[in-house]
Amino acid sequence: MTIQGTVHKYLDNVDTDVIIPARYLNSSDPAELAKHCMEDIDADFVQKVQPGDIIVARQNFGCGSSREHAPLAIKAAGVSLVIARSFARIFFRNAINIGLPILECPAADEIAAGDALRVNLDEGIIENLTQGTVYQAEGFPPFLRNVIEKGGLLASIARS
Amino acid sequence: MSMTMTQKILAARAGLPDVRAGQLIEAELDIMLGNDVTTPVAIHEFEKAGIPSLRDPDRAVFVLDHFTPNKDIKSAEHCKQIRVFARKHGVRNFFDVGRMGVEHAVLPEQGIVVPGDCVIGADSHTCTYGALGAFSTGVGSTDLAAGLATGKAWFKVPSAIQIVLTGAFQPNVSGKDLILHLIGRIGVDGALYRSLEFTGPGVRNITMDSRLAIANMAIECGAKNGIFPVDSVTLDYVRGRAKRDWRVFAADADAPYDEVIQIDLSALRPTVAFPHLPSNTRTVDELEAARERVAVDQVVIGSCTNGRIEDLRIVAELLRGKHVAEGVRCIVIPATQQIWLDALREGLLEVFMEAGAAVSTPTCGPCLGGHMGILAAGERAVATTNRNFVGRMGHPESEVYLASPAVAAQTALLGYIAQPQ
Repeated sequence: MTIQGTVHKYLDNVDTDVIIPARYLNSSDPAELAKHCMEDIDADFVQKVQPGDIIVARQNFGCGSSREHAPLAIKAAGVSLVIARSFARIFFRNAINIGLPILECPAADEIAAGDALRVNLDEGIIENLTQGTVYQAEGFPPFLRNVIEKGGLLASIARS
Repeated sequence: MSMTMTQKILAARAGLPDVRAGQLIEAELDIMLGNDVTTPVAIHEFEKAGIPSLRDPDRAVFVLDHFTPNKDIKSAEHCKQIRVFARKHGVRNFFDVGRMGVEHAVLPEQGIVVPGDCVIGADSHTCTYGALGAFSTGVGSTDLAAGLATGKAWFKVPSAIQIVLTGAFQPNVSGKDLILHLIGRIGVDGALYRSLEFTGPGVRNITMDSRLAIANMAIECGAKNGIFPVDSVTLDYVRGRAKRDWRVFAADADAPYDEVIQIDLSALRPTVAFPHLPSNTRTVDELEAARERVAVDQVVIGSCTNGRIEDLRIVAELLRGKHVAEGVRCIVIPATQQIWLDALREGLLEVFMEAGAAVSTPTCGPCLGGHMGILAAGERAVATTNRNFVGRMGHPESEVYLASPAVAAQTALLGYIAQPQ
């Protein structure tokens, strides 16, 4: 699967409270959550984001709460992929479980806001079309690839 | 093969003779927990997948604690949805208003989690139960739904950091100061994907309420879980409340640890995490030496970290016969119905009321900026809670300083962050 999009860049420790503030958690409707995605860290994000865009951050993306509302809001805002140097572990599980593609890439720091990326998800190859560079991300172990291919955790359970 | 305490529990619950760090396993779950924010999403996933029934309703626990007593119509609808689901599927561990408390205070108190358990909860602070010698970790709603359906969850076996504790706390220093110190030392991702295993001769000098506060914040340095050995303090706590038999696991003497960190409890000082990360710590000594005066508008005492009876006793001791500073709003939230009742019977609530504090029914409320104490732009709070991210307690331009119950109480009296006397 290939993804192409423009980069929105953030720094270290982007927490789930800024991805989707708790004052909006009285809803669990992804479309409603998407309206407030990244509001407390980047007030214009929802206006700027285009379908297929890519979020890139540095260390420990998604730290804090276990709210699945965070990856749901990002996905429903139209974001196709999140790339970070590392992810907080609950966010990592949640993203896989709901089918939001994520990649761990040590070279995430070199990617800048506004860069155009083309990403081969299966092989973890990230082409930076703006800078003319290529990065290699960590691939998923077969167990997780199976969850993703079956369309998320519950779909894989319901089928077996 | 030698294993950490966490690995021993995971191996037993996966039915394997041993496990090693990095291995993917499927483990049997003893308890799966959801709250009023995360359970509606789990119910949606569960029903969408067409799963007819829970694998075992007695292993499910639902606690309505975040936006309860319901703050608005949307929250009320979510709680109603969980109520209907619990009734339909025969979930008896259902904690509604009048019975509920902050989830991570309720489960240990009611003996629902016991040593040796393997627990998931759709709440990041589920790591609290490591204080009892259980493996316990936070997950999302879809993982909860899968656990409800199958009774199992997949895990990547973690490696561990060993925290070796020696000595005993000085007066007015508690578990909260220890965990803030540790997070300040290793950073908010210092234990990412790993276990924190607390060991050493200092463990026996730490009360259960302090252990619960320490394990509670393991997630704030990225850890998968934080765990304490089972000793006489644990067994004294568990006896008389455990709803099931427990199992005692211990790390091997030569267990493999990535890293060893030594902490002398007697060297720890009252510690505060400044905005906007729990790792942004300074001791109150340092603040006073720099003659820095951090004035506050609100003090919140409660939460799954520090809303237990020992915390309330410490606060009452400091507030007794005195009055909260003018211009400071002090909100005290006993974490469960039982703690509320104990605080009432011990006369603590009277001390709080006479000191000019407000006492609330149990709720997570202000900790996550839900209700019952939201901050306006430019306002500052000292809180005994666990997170101080941007906008955590309200307006994105408000600030939260994390501290122990003793520091919070002294701050309420003086109106600025101060050394408990």
